[in-house]
Amino acid sequence: MYDFEGFTLDWYKELFQDTRLLIIVLNTLVIALLSALFSTIIGVLGAIAIYQLRRRQTKNTILSLNNVLIVSPDVIIGASFLILFTTAGIKLGFYSVLLSHIAFSIPIVVIMVLPKLLEMSPTLIDAARDLGASKWDVLAKVILPYITPGIFAGFFMALTYSLDDFAVTFFVTGNGFSTLSVEIYSLARRGISLNINALSTLLFLFTILLVIIYYFITQRTKTQVGGIRND
Amino acid sequence: MENKLTRNIYMIPYWLWIALFVIAPILLILYYSFFDIEGHFSLVNYQKFFTPVYLKMTLSSFWYAFLITLISLLVAYPTAYLLTKTRHKHLWLLLIIVPSWINLLLKAYAFLGIFGTYGITNSFLEVIGIGTKQILFTDFSFIFVSVYIFIPFMILPIFNALNELNPSFIDAAHDLGASKWTTFRRVIFPLTMDGVKSGCQVVFIPALSLFMLTRLIAGNRVITLGTAIEQHFLVTQDWGMGSTIAVFLIIIMFLFMVLTGTRKRGM
Repeated sequence: MYDFEGFTLDWYKELFQDTRLLIIVLNTLVIALLSALFSTIIGVLGAIAIYQLRRRQTKNTILSLNNVLIVSPDVIIGASFLILFTTAGIKLGFYSVLLSHIAFSIPIVVIMVLPKLLEMSPTLIDAARDLGASKWDVLAKVILPYITPGIFAGFFMALTYSLDDFAVTFFVTGNGFSTLSVEIYSLARRGISLNINALSTLLFLFTILLVIIYYFITQRTKTQVGGIRND
Repeated sequence: MENKLTRNIYMIPYWLWIALFVIAPILLILYYSFFDIEGHFSLVNYQKFFTPVYLKMTLSSFWYAFLITLISLLVAYPTAYLLTKTRHKHLWLLLIIVPSWINLLLKAYAFLGIFGTYGITNSFLEVIGIGTKQILFTDFSFIFVSVYIFIPFMILPIFNALNELNPSFIDAAHDLGASKWTTFRRVIFPLTMDGVKSGCQVVFIPALSLFMLTRLIAGNRVITLGTAIEQHFLVTQDWGMGSTIAVFLIIIMFLFMVLTGTRKRGM
């Protein structure tokens, strides 16, 4: 590392021959995609549920409960989930990591979707009802299309949260299973190695790509959705 | 009636989530904090927490978190202020935010290389004649890297507060004969206090519970509350004591949130 002689792609080659590392990358992506998918579904349902609550008091209580996992430090989330999984008898590994990623991504999705719901004019729903739409139709043809930008934003946030997470995963990962962050941590404790540098570069580019996609989605929705917006 | 039933059916996953992953974990932490390492019900963990060893650790953890928050604030405020004055302010803001999207591990790992014995910093010190210094595994490197990591979270709320500030207030202050410093002290800073508060919230609590950086960058020299929790849970397997520290961390977090106002986090 310290005797610079020239440029080479050898470390990338080595990286792609390291099957163990590639499996870990794959694990990380699978966890991120699955957790983003499930947390988006549950989060959207949750946002709709909160939206339909009538009493202000209940709404605020639920919202504070929703935000607990966003404000708590990762260490506490990790430790408490570790206790939870052990008590519930869930073996530490793929499923415990997946469940905890879903769990800490849900509040973010709710936070991204709820403002969209609140901004939607209630007259849209009334109009749909007047025109004879069933409850399901109202949900599928009026509410969901309207909040789609929020859903996408939530999905991407959940994806990046999952890819970024180290602390929570570190607690609930157990022995056999590992994600990229945890693997980098254990490698970095042994010092610098160059295929980690190669991997970091790839991960960095991937993150930038996600950010760009996210940016375009939010940009597009800004021009797409007319009506009352205050930003 | 049917209306109510369908509504409740699709609410179920979310309610389950709140019960299982929000309420249950907190209760479990509280429950475990009453058990000693052999699994007997006792208050010994709370007694232990108030011994000098743990109190000293808590205090030093506070001290580091305080330093990190203060330095981030000192850097972030002028930066945010200058940002609002630039022409393409949202582009600049985006550039400052981008590092926060990159995996924390990678950033810590990058600093291992930069601060290492043969890293860029030491080569530079060598060239200007100071000579090689031990930079990694010192308090300095720990605070430096933590500040680097937290600065975007501090800049964002302050920037938003400054951006929303009505410029006519500043003009009015100038018209009434206030100097630049007085305007800042009496008008700009008080009006952006909310941003500063939420910035401090987003930095102080995580700084209190850092645990990966203390290992990689500070080389176990710094023990924060987060490190202690991790240590008790994963190394010594003393879940009771770990839970007790976690309970205190939650209490501190709660107090700090109340102290700095009940505003929602401006992320």
